[in-house]
Amino acid sequence: MLKAEGLSCRRGGRPLFSGIDFNVDPGQLLFVRGRNGCGKTTLLRAICGLTALESGQVTLRGEDIRRLDESARADLIYVGHRDAVKDEFTPLENLAVQQGLRGEGFDEARCLDALEEVGLAGYEDIPVRYLSQGQRRRTALSRLLLSSSPLWVLDEPLTALDVRAVDWLLELLEMHLAQGGLVVTTSHQPIDGLREANILDLS
Amino acid sequence: MWRSLWTLVRRDVSLIVMRRQDILTVVAFFIIVTTLFPLAVGPEPEILRALAPGGVWVAAALASLISLDRLFADDWRDGTLEQIVLSHQPLPMVALGKIAAHWLSLGLPLVILSPLLGYSLGLRGFELVVLMGSLALGTPVLSLLGATGAALMLGVRAGGALMALLVLPLYIPVLIIGSGAVSEAMHQAGPYAHLSLLGAMLAIALPLVPLAVAGALRISLD
Repeated sequence: MLKAEGLSCRRGGRPLFSGIDFNVDPGQLLFVRGRNGCGKTTLLRAICGLTALESGQVTLRGEDIRRLDESARADLIYVGHRDAVKDEFTPLENLAVQQGLRGEGFDEARCLDALEEVGLAGYEDIPVRYLSQGQRRRTALSRLLLSSSPLWVLDEPLTALDVRAVDWLLELLEMHLAQGGLVVTTSHQPIDGLREANILDLS
Repeated sequence: MWRSLWTLVRRDVSLIVMRRQDILTVVAFFIIVTTLFPLAVGPEPEILRALAPGGVWVAAALASLISLDRLFADDWRDGTLEQIVLSHQPLPMVALGKIAAHWLSLGLPLVILSPLLGYSLGLRGFELVVLMGSLALGTPVLSLLGATGAALMLGVRAGGALMALLVLPLYIPVLIIGSGAVSEAMHQAGPYAHLSLLGAMLAIALPLVPLAVAGALRISLD
């Protein structure tokens, strides 16, 4: 369903990676691995269509990712390093804005459920600026619970999470894959919990 | 689409209102620059009156310039812009929504305050109405033109000074026509030609600028 052919990219005049091919089908996870600076984030952003590639093409259901029409863009959810969480807003308000941007109506009960599941019960009404880095990350990840997108692109999702949250996230990924979802992710931590990961080594 | 646009405008306005200091800075800047004129040129009412249209307009243009800093920068830094580009909204519409929110929270206060400052420099009656009208038509154009600069400057270090160099020349036509409208009103001539020109500028900038801003935003994320 997600297909990449001959991806190569240059940043600042230096070749970052070249000749990358992969294919991710429903129920599969692609784990991108490599040392710092080998282009993991750039590759993930290219998969989302944010970064222009020097050559090659990423397609989702046969359509070029950079030319997806509006309804097809809802098939993808991206949680990056920069987590799009506003300091001034509470976790609940952040979710409301995210839902609004995706063109969905604000469903308070669902948002509260999602925040409870990520372990932010009792913190819904506190501006994110007063929360810890891990709680901030949890706010960003709670978006996954509200979306019905099949393709999840997660850049270092485990950063700043404690052991319990890591277990929770791995379980969530497992569940998403079991339901026929697709996951592309990077991490410096091992993700032994997950079965049959396709590994793409960039270095 | 309209619902997401509405979300965005509301979100931006409430962020700016929550932070407060942005509005206070811009408004205080506008007041201080205008009050510098009587201090520098002396208190003769006739001279001040002659300076008033240009003075208020220059102050409004500079205040509009300094308000541009955070138009896209915060969203760019914290990743919201990525999410906006990935969301299924047309980017030019999003840009227009953000500019509208910016003008509502930082441009409109200048328009509302302008009669007071015009009055303090010696403008009276109909001249104040024209001043306010010209700013109501002109400051949205300033916001639109400035947004192009703000989008191009994303990720550039020391962008502030560079932005002034980029944006202020674009402000010149608006400034000439805007203050011209008030001068015409002071000399018993009809300001309507100038006001129509400002309206025409707004009508041209409104559909075209968002396209340019969307292009610049895409480049900044690459």
